[in-house]
Amino acid sequence: MENQNPVPTVIPKVLVLRPPPVFPFFEPRYSDKFQFLKAWESPIPTEEFLETHAASVAALLTCGFNRITPDILRRLPSLRLIVTTSAGLDHIDLPECRRRGIAVADAGSVFSEDVADAAVGLLLDVLRRVSAAGRYVRAGLWPLNGDYPLGTKLGGKRVGIIGLGNIGLEVAKRLEAFGCFISYTSRTKKASVSFPFYQSAIELAAYCDILVICCMLTDQTRHMVNKEVLKALGKEGVVINIARGGVIDEKELVRCLVEGEIAGAGLDVFEREPEVPKELFTLDNVVLSPHCAVLTEEAVGDLCELLAANLEAFFSNKPLISQVAT
Amino acid sequence: MEAIGVLMACPIMPYLEEELDRRFKLFRFWNFPHKKEFLKEHAHSIRAVVGNAFAGADASLIDALPSLEIVASFSVGLDKVDLVKCKEKGIRVTNTPDVLTEDVADLTIGLILATLRRICESDRYVRSGLWKMGDFKLTTKFSGKTVGIIGLGRIGLAIAKRAEAFGCPISYYSRTKKTDSTYKYFPNVIELASNCNILVVACPLTEETRHIINQQVIDAVGPKGILINIGRGPHVDEPGLVSALLEGRLGGAGLDVFEHEPEVPEQLFGLDNVVLTPHIGSGTVETRTAMADLVLGNLEAHFSNKPLLTPVV
Repeated sequence: MENQNPVPTVIPKVLVLRPPPVFPFFEPRYSDKFQFLKAWESPIPTEEFLETHAASVAALLTCGFNRITPDILRRLPSLRLIVTTSAGLDHIDLPECRRRGIAVADAGSVFSEDVADAAVGLLLDVLRRVSAAGRYVRAGLWPLNGDYPLGTKLGGKRVGIIGLGNIGLEVAKRLEAFGCFISYTSRTKKASVSFPFYQSAIELAAYCDILVICCMLTDQTRHMVNKEVLKALGKEGVVINIARGGVIDEKELVRCLVEGEIAGAGLDVFEREPEVPKELFTLDNVVLSPHCAVLTEEAVGDLCELLAANLEAFFSNKPLISQVAT
Repeated sequence: MEAIGVLMACPIMPYLEEELDRRFKLFRFWNFPHKKEFLKEHAHSIRAVVGNAFAGADASLIDALPSLEIVASFSVGLDKVDLVKCKEKGIRVTNTPDVLTEDVADLTIGLILATLRRICESDRYVRSGLWKMGDFKLTTKFSGKTVGIIGLGRIGLAIAKRAEAFGCPISYYSRTKKTDSTYKYFPNVIELASNCNILVVACPLTEETRHIINQQVIDAVGPKGILINIGRGPHVDEPGLVSALLEGRLGGAGLDVFEHEPEVPEQLFGLDNVVLTPHIGSGTVETRTAMADLVLGNLEAHFSNKPLLTPVV
């Protein structure tokens, strides 16, 4: 009896310029569903690689540190979908995508809880000196030097959230349970929310004790937390940044921390990662983390599922799961 | 009231010490290396003892102070005060409830996040320059995890309220089931430990709760769970806990209290799934000042024959 060879299924191609942080987890789970064109593995320059190998590619998987410029888009004439692993979109030329009819899908709110958790964790650590007191214990100083100096109470503090999107709302919900008073600034006032709204970061900072930065990085928000905002926040003020390093004038922040112009900071992001200003390393009122607010097993698992679901939907001509407006 | 003798059991806080010095005749117990001689000379004039979680008024001290009328503890826990003896002798006892509830609950969540999200370790990762070599590892999500609380008093409830904001289902063990609580009750600690991701010790230290966290409970929490202790060190079989952590039988721990403070088992220092803090649960300027004011207020009330502010005995 004649064996009929099964018709080979075409595994759809997905272009990857440089691997997103989640790629080492994503690739092994889905290598049977998608064929990844890995531009970074090729010895030839990216532009040449795209022209040679990516002319027919319809889908691009990217992340925050790959700038998707008109130049790159021009070299991808068949591109119809960009899936980014980030919640931020500042790395993608959205107007050009709209002009080209390229759909964009992002990470939705898949790691909003994890990022909010990290923001609260950093804030509690700064105010209550968890990391610094831990260093004190591990250096054997408790028996030698006695009690650790007192921290600052979180309850009753006025918290100003910069950017009240998914993440900002999750942060607000958590901090309310600690007895904090929430207010915010955002591009537009949110009608569905009863927290006091301030038109600008400087007004928010003048009123609040703590600033939590949860906004996207755009031309408008770059260096929004500057010398004037930090001065308005004041000597007892604390800044928490789990958004993008560029929202803060980092040099000015470091100066304020070193000179005691603000009381402390919890930072997961920096202007030139993984470079971190060394002046911060000797400060006990600063907590630093290596851009890992989204890096939990659960968030990575959920993100991989979402990326795959968007790609599968696209290749089956079904609606995307987390499409963003361009 | 300057003639009233007050014995401070150990150094507590400059503000409290200064005020006690100003208002009473203050004896700093730790300044007298020869305790027997000191007591012989001054015991008769001591009418109050001020202690804390570290040192209080045990049976032998109470017996040595014939004029003792009141023990005012700078803490909510009274495991360092012989309450039975005080009751027998008609000695009043006060503590500092409520004013420290929020700070202790806040630190509890801080310890949970630091333990699950490896915040202290990731800070070390940045400061040591390791980030330039590569990304930090994946950590464990907090939101949505089940929190099991031993002791649903003021502090336990405050912890539950905060954890609920993270979407955490709450369960608890208590001596008696709380009829007005919607949280899930377990009749014993092992069952609670087997059914939660994060086990929190938030009950008073008594004869019954000493080593309430024993080997079986630790094993019930298991390699995927964590233990948080903001109660008292003796709540936990500390050597057992250390072994379990070293052997990977317990997923992690956030500890603010230890059996022999300020000594902390050095074997824990190298573990990245353990967060250690030096008994700072109530350690904020605001709260410690409020606690000191309560101690002072209770003493003033007693010696003015007014009702005590926060009596326990």
